[in-house]
Amino acid sequence: MDFWHHLLTTGTSTLTDVLPIVGIIFGFQLLVLRQNIPNLKSVLVGFVYVLIGLTLFLVGLEEALFPLGKLMAQQLTDPAFIRSTVDVVGATLQWDDYKWIYLFAAAIGFATTIAEPALIAVAIKAHQVSGGAITVWGLRSAVAIGVAAGISLGTFRIVTGTPLHYYIITGYVVVLIQTIYAPRAIIALAYDSGGVTTSTVTVPLVAALGLGLASTIPGRSPLLDGFGLIAFASLFPIMSVMGYAQLGEWRLRRLKKKQKNEDSQDYD
Amino acid sequence: MNHISAFLKTLLSSLRDLLPIILVVAFFQLVVIKQPVADLGEILFGTLLVILGLAFFIRGLEQALFPIGESVAYAFARKANLFWLLIFAFALGFGTTIAEPALTAVAAEAAKVAAADGHIAQEKLAMDNYALGLRLTVAMAVGVAILAGVYRIVRGWPIQYFIIGGYLGVVIMTFFAPPEIIGIAYDSGGVTTSTVTVPLVTALGVGLASSIKGRNAMIDGFGLIAFASLTPMIFVMAYGMVI
Repeated sequence: MDFWHHLLTTGTSTLTDVLPIVGIIFGFQLLVLRQNIPNLKSVLVGFVYVLIGLTLFLVGLEEALFPLGKLMAQQLTDPAFIRSTVDVVGATLQWDDYKWIYLFAAAIGFATTIAEPALIAVAIKAHQVSGGAITVWGLRSAVAIGVAAGISLGTFRIVTGTPLHYYIITGYVVVLIQTIYAPRAIIALAYDSGGVTTSTVTVPLVAALGLGLASTIPGRSPLLDGFGLIAFASLFPIMSVMGYAQLGEWRLRRLKKKQKNEDSQDYD
Repeated sequence: MNHISAFLKTLLSSLRDLLPIILVVAFFQLVVIKQPVADLGEILFGTLLVILGLAFFIRGLEQALFPIGESVAYAFARKANLFWLLIFAFALGFGTTIAEPALTAVAAEAAKVAAADGHIAQEKLAMDNYALGLRLTVAMAVGVAILAGVYRIVRGWPIQYFIIGGYLGVVIMTFFAPPEIIGIAYDSGGVTTSTVTVPLVTALGVGLASSIKGRNAMIDGFGLIAFASLTPMIFVMAYGMVI
């Protein structure tokens, strides 16, 4: 009974998400562009798929993964648990006693990003547009590595209590420098990947981790620090995606250089 | 028959997408936490729903969101009607955001915070008005973002100047905005890019860039999402300063 209620409310809220989009698009197609929609039937069926898909996806997440993930975040950040993982326990916990948390933060950041539907969509498009130079899994992995590094560093920040803006400002300076040197074709895509990651799957789990951690460490504000992790999750993918493109370009250059050397040796 | 095998393939790749989460959760449960998991059946059932839902979504993406975004982009490029294209861009940004359930939730939460702080009167009407104002502000911000982003694609201007300028704007505004609005402002940037909007807007941008002469789909086509996650921060902080 509870499940069906949940399914219904999620379905309704997805519908209010999809309906305006359908309305605007169909309105402009018919009234402004004055053209019929190509493959109307297939498109309508597709919208129904989107509706069903998002509803099942969200219900499944909220019924199973979110409660479990939040529970795990709670268990891992419990001071009693952390003490049990440390061999020599000092009077107070040191920053390096939290190593399971850093690992969990990285792992869950990576895993949830891989499952992020909006990122899959952007990766499919980037693959098509780049003529195959960017692979779907390549981009998704690059973004996921960025999120993993960001969230892991974010938990370290909560543990040590260093101010958030040091990290964010440094991050933006790095992004600025990378923007100068990265291939032009990747820049817009890299900026987009920052916005895509803060979406359906990642935010609730990461926020739970931040909240759990901030509420067990004295002197941290749950409200402020839970939110801080999301800022990390949207900053670091920008760096990792530009890094991914820079790495690809560097390898291409090295390959060409090697070929050139081999070619010239042939003439010797 | 063909449909079924295609769907099975999508289902299989959705399973692969979910696999990292399953592995991470299993590893930490078995090796690190070592506590028995309650309701294992429920968790498996939920995971099944997630996989099924993702498969449906991907099918819908390829069948509806991508083609429709592209077809609109091509039609506008063919008609070369910049005025209506910009109106469409604004309507798409505004319309998809104002109805967004996540934004409604954040706005209601923000109204509660503002009332508790004594910033607005602690009665239902004042809180509802505050929440509605916030939603309108964010929707306006996304509308302006898509409009400006589409205009940038049409003109082929480099994106980095806008983004860097925008973030400078965010930093400067942070110093002047009332402290209680800053967290909400930063959060609202992430709320706006919903799972339905992202594919559609991406298809629109890439479609425009590849059908306008002299534009490169890779260099010019992306960036709309970056715009849409930036402007709400600025607009919401401005809202906090005005109210």
